[in-house]
Amino acid sequence: MLLSLSVGAVANALPKTPTGIEGLDEITLGGLPTGRTTLVCGGPGCGKTLLGMEFLLRGILQYGEPGVFMAFEENAGELAANVASLGYDLNQLCAGGQLFIDYVRVDRSEIEETGEYDLDGLFIRLADAIGRIGAKRVVLDTLEMLFSGLRNESILRAELRRLFRWLKDRGVTTIITAERGHGQLTRHGLEEYVSDCVILLDFRVHEEIATRRLRVVKYRGTLHGTNEYPFLIDEKGISVFPVTSLGLDHEVSNERVSTGIPRLDIMLGGQGVYRGSSVLITGTAGTGKTSLAAHFAVAACGRGERVLYFAFEESASQIIRNMGSIGLDLKTPIDRGLLRFSAMRPTFQRLETHLATMFKFFADFQPRTVIIDPITNLASAGTLTEAKLVLLRLMDFFKSHRITAFFTNLTSGKEDIAQTEAGVSSLMDTWLGLRTIEEGGGERNRALYVLKSRGMAHSNQIREFRLTERGVELVDAYLGPAGVLTGTARFVQESKEKAEALLRSQELDAKQRAIARKRQALEAQIAALRIELQSEEDQLQRLAVQMEADAALREAERARFAALRQADANLREAAVESPSRLEQAR
Amino acid sequence: MTSVGGQKPQAVTDLLQDREPLAADIWDLRLYVAGQTAKSLAALANLRKFCEEHLAGRYRIEVVDLMENPEFARSDQILAIPTLVRKLPEPMRKIIGDLSNTERVLVGLDLRPRGV
Repeated sequence: MLLSLSVGAVANALPKTPTGIEGLDEITLGGLPTGRTTLVCGGPGCGKTLLGMEFLLRGILQYGEPGVFMAFEENAGELAANVASLGYDLNQLCAGGQLFIDYVRVDRSEIEETGEYDLDGLFIRLADAIGRIGAKRVVLDTLEMLFSGLRNESILRAELRRLFRWLKDRGVTTIITAERGHGQLTRHGLEEYVSDCVILLDFRVHEEIATRRLRVVKYRGTLHGTNEYPFLIDEKGISVFPVTSLGLDHEVSNERVSTGIPRLDIMLGGQGVYRGSSVLITGTAGTGKTSLAAHFAVAACGRGERVLYFAFEESASQIIRNMGSIGLDLKTPIDRGLLRFSAMRPTFQRLETHLATMFKFFADFQPRTVIIDPITNLASAGTLTEAKLVLLRLMDFFKSHRITAFFTNLTSGKEDIAQTEAGVSSLMDTWLGLRTIEEGGGERNRALYVLKSRGMAHSNQIREFRLTERGVELVDAYLGPAGVLTGTARFVQESKEKAEALLRSQELDAKQRAIARKRQALEAQIAALRIELQSEEDQLQRLAVQMEADAALREAERARFAALRQADANLREAAVESPSRLEQAR
Repeated sequence: MTSVGGQKPQAVTDLLQDREPLAADIWDLRLYVAGQTAKSLAALANLRKFCEEHLAGRYRIEVVDLMENPEFARSDQILAIPTLVRKLPEPMRKIIGDLSNTERVLVGLDLRPRGV
């Protein structure tokens, strides 16, 4: 984008004076051209005067540059009343010598013209005012009122040309405002005198929704954002989108606060969300966003903190009744003055009016926790970008005041989950998703998961989200080959698993027993074989002894036969001895 | 101090002609200028001439130089230079320019009905 181009080099080429107006300095890459004149044009009620006044007031308060406001339309009293609602005290600034307001009244009916004249009176007044307070900034609002007060246009144009040159010579940074004309930027063609910077403000109604837009038509010698940027007028004045400086210089808290649902706190790193952080809850219709929000409210009230609940969809009594049915008591904290509801339909008012109302509530009630349920309805009161801008402003406020904020957002379910309707998810610190899971058993069950949560280790698991009589309960969802199962399906699946496990263990037992039996049988067999072997070995031994005895007997008998045959005398003795040997063998 | 044609010498400020008997009907006129510019001098000369012709003896002219007293520009709502203001009689009238067109000055000072 153009805005991301090198700012440094450009800033060196052309000195710029920051307006201090949120977003405008970003678009103009640093502010208005220093020492030059900027033309701000637009139709009635578009915010020209406020832009000019804010340029001066912020110049004084933020940059220490005194300013002169030359008013052609409203007198000092009217101007003071207009900006008092923004918290500025013009009279005090004037008394302090930082601001000088000069009301120039031009009424054609009072003035007769005859012959040559110039506008030295105006120059003298301006020079005097600038000199008195050492002004660096000047606003002329609306200079072209002169055209309706003075008849001699050729003199007027020559004098305006002289005036712009004079302002440039004085080195004051100037804003002149002008009415939008037909077919040209301003009714009297002032743009031809102002060549340095031209900003166009637009206030138009589209589809019954009024939006303010700002465009830098021309900015000589520098880059600038060329788009139309929506802007708001709220309690802090003008803020132009994009507001890029949001949330970056806020002090952050390390304190954690419970969401009121113990299991959810565990999912969020065990301790819940950070104080002052922004929590977004998205989900399709009927997923339990409000119930979750009510839990946060009850938990915060339980800590003794004040909670402001903006209900944009339901009445307070309806929410109290409905939450009672899930065991959440909202009545008691209301009676104790800790919980306050603000139920309204955003479409009844312009978004800006709405924002102003909300800020008043914050100032009155000083809540530590704010619930906005849902932000989706804010978008119906304005354009999407405007709604986003309102949210940005709100979040900026919450962060700077360390208010923990919960936003619910209805999603259609069709679109990508990473895109919330208002497109603000990137600004949120914690993002909880709720969705329904349709099961085969004719059920819709709720599931909760943490899409993101900055600054903490958070669970990546989907939990089944159940609304019970005792409030929200988070149950481990069944995760199996068939995906995430919830509700009855989870229950069925779990029983099925149990049965299968039982069956498996029974099978194992049987197998073990069978093996044991087989082992026993085999061992018996081994024993029998051993006995058999033993008996055969015994037999073998007996046989060997028998054979030995037989051999000895046969020897003895052979000797006895020899003696009987009386072969010689010596052998008799031997024959006598032989019966004893025979005995021995037996 | 030399008088011409029987007229009294005119001072720049606080000039009161007492020849006319209607002293109550005094025209209090103030001319705002910024320094001695050609336009301012012309306006003053034209004004004197005009007063002598139409308001002889019942007018007073005060000249205010805004270069010296810039705060008068603000308090009296002066933008253009020169500006002639009829402070009296009421209501207040303003004529801007060098007063070269006598007809318009007559209209501006309500000495002649507008639109003539």
